[in-house]
Amino acid sequence: MIPAKTKFDLKLGMATREAFGKALVEAGRRSKDVVVCDADLSKSTYTSLFHHEFPDRFFSCGIAEANMVAIAAGFAYAGKIPVAASFSCFVVNKGFEQLRVTVAYPNLNVKIVGTHSGISIGEDGPSQMSVEETSLACSLPGFVVLSPADEVSTTALVHAAIDHVGPVFIRTGRMKAPVVYAAEQKFEIGKAVELIDGSDVTVIATGLLVAEAIRAQEALEAQGISVRVIDFHTVKPLDRETIARAAVETRAIVVAEEHLVDGGLGVRVAQAVAETHPCVMEFVGLHDTYAESGSPEQLLDKYGLVSRDVIAAVHRVLARKK
Amino acid sequence: MLQKKTVPEMQALAKRMRREIVEMIGAAKSGHPGGSLSAVELVVTLYFDVMRHDPANPKWPDRDRFILSKGHAAPVLYTAMAEAGYTPRDQLNTLRKLGSMYQGHPDVRFLPALEASTGSLGEGVSLALGMALAARLNGSSSRTYVMLGDGEIQEGQVWEGAMFGAYHKVDNVVAIVDYNGIQLDGFVKDIMDVKPLAEKWRAFGWHAIEIDGHDIPSIQAAFQEAARTKDVPTAIIAHTIKGKGVSFMENNPKFHGTAPTPDEVKLALQELQ
Repeated sequence: MIPAKTKFDLKLGMATREAFGKALVEAGRRSKDVVVCDADLSKSTYTSLFHHEFPDRFFSCGIAEANMVAIAAGFAYAGKIPVAASFSCFVVNKGFEQLRVTVAYPNLNVKIVGTHSGISIGEDGPSQMSVEETSLACSLPGFVVLSPADEVSTTALVHAAIDHVGPVFIRTGRMKAPVVYAAEQKFEIGKAVELIDGSDVTVIATGLLVAEAIRAQEALEAQGISVRVIDFHTVKPLDRETIARAAVETRAIVVAEEHLVDGGLGVRVAQAVAETHPCVMEFVGLHDTYAESGSPEQLLDKYGLVSRDVIAAVHRVLARKK
Repeated sequence: MLQKKTVPEMQALAKRMRREIVEMIGAAKSGHPGGSLSAVELVVTLYFDVMRHDPANPKWPDRDRFILSKGHAAPVLYTAMAEAGYTPRDQLNTLRKLGSMYQGHPDVRFLPALEASTGSLGEGVSLALGMALAARLNGSSSRTYVMLGDGEIQEGQVWEGAMFGAYHKVDNVVAIVDYNGIQLDGFVKDIMDVKPLAEKWRAFGWHAIEIDGHDIPSIQAAFQEAARTKDVPTAIIAHTIKGKGVSFMENNPKFHGTAPTPDEVKLALQELQ
């Protein structure tokens, strides 16, 4: 897929959670089968926008995520298109058993949206931070797992998720996100977007780390290193073709994500690389740790999730490249 | 639409279903006879008197729905569905065998006429509430029935669902608690007592009715009362006997999750003549 931009100004746009909330209203207008469940966080997940426009199709579940996920499953059994939203850490962790047995196992048309993913929620600290949702969601057979980087991709992928028949998890964030895409960019579930072509090394990134990868590429280009940057907005199903091509053509891959490295996008890419064209790899993410309170910027810096860390990983991987 | 049966017809059918339950679990050499046998009259009355459904058109949108939240009692559901004509009776003895439509716990992938896959306890009330709200949005008169075990209601999700059902006034849902007093490890009162049961549901905003869960006219009357009850969901607390109908299984915790041996099957079938 051809990127719509060659230069990235990365101006701050909406948070991906806000783009989700707005797209959800549009989806509600498109289909009267869309119903929404929320667990006392509708002002934070932006499902309040849907509630305002479609009060009859919005169901307040109270602070009870396990019930919420299974209520959504009940709606799906009856032919509705339920969207259940909460913070990623709550809906995925507290609802995991229900995601497994009531949604994934019968393969129902349920959409789960996690907001406030990653450590960039900031001051609230680790009890509210989701660092394992991608791992857990990917472990559910049949689930599509989406992790958009900005408002443009979020909007497009929310609509794609509604149109997809089957369970989908969408990971969104709290912070305002830099805009990566032009408004007219097209997205397809399962098809990564190559943002910048390069020949020495590939950086595969998702979510907030896409912008950091672009910043890293700009710095590395000045050092004479040609970096390919790819946005993996879909973590599952994985775009193995794009990975294999990057492995063959650049023979070095860095994966960057705001998530535990264990079970995240990185290990999934590594599996695809191992099964196609093995090459050297490095991983930018959280290494077996929880974070702490702080501003989002301080946390991303302290826990190694900024462009500096992508640049360091590129140098490490190039040093190992034969 | 399925023809309704008379009380004597349902009583006779209940006996035949008990035989089928014992035989199929015996053939499988594993399974849960006690909680299947305790629920027979409740399930028979639902499938052959209360529910509007059509085995020739299982996905009729306005049908009434039944969810077996206590999914380990799958044999009672399978015999009812087979007797109603949804599935072949002559395959009941493939229960729990590889590839069988009669999986160990209800599985919609193998038996699409089921309303839900269940087996992990505590989830059925929530599923029923979602289905019932969908019916309300569609302007459908469909009602949803969900059967729970008494041990099952130890799961917190049941009470999350109970709060939700009352708050959203889901009066087209009926929960039936098969109150047989026994769970896997022993008597419910010795594991984690659930008394007072009706009061619990009332405290959560439900209309609660207590009945003898083996008396078909009482069961019919309870479902009629539930249908007349507006603005709140109804919980029917059905007092039952675990292993009902087979003397050595009755009130015996061993037969919560143990299959009868071939000799025990023979003995049970004699008692169920």
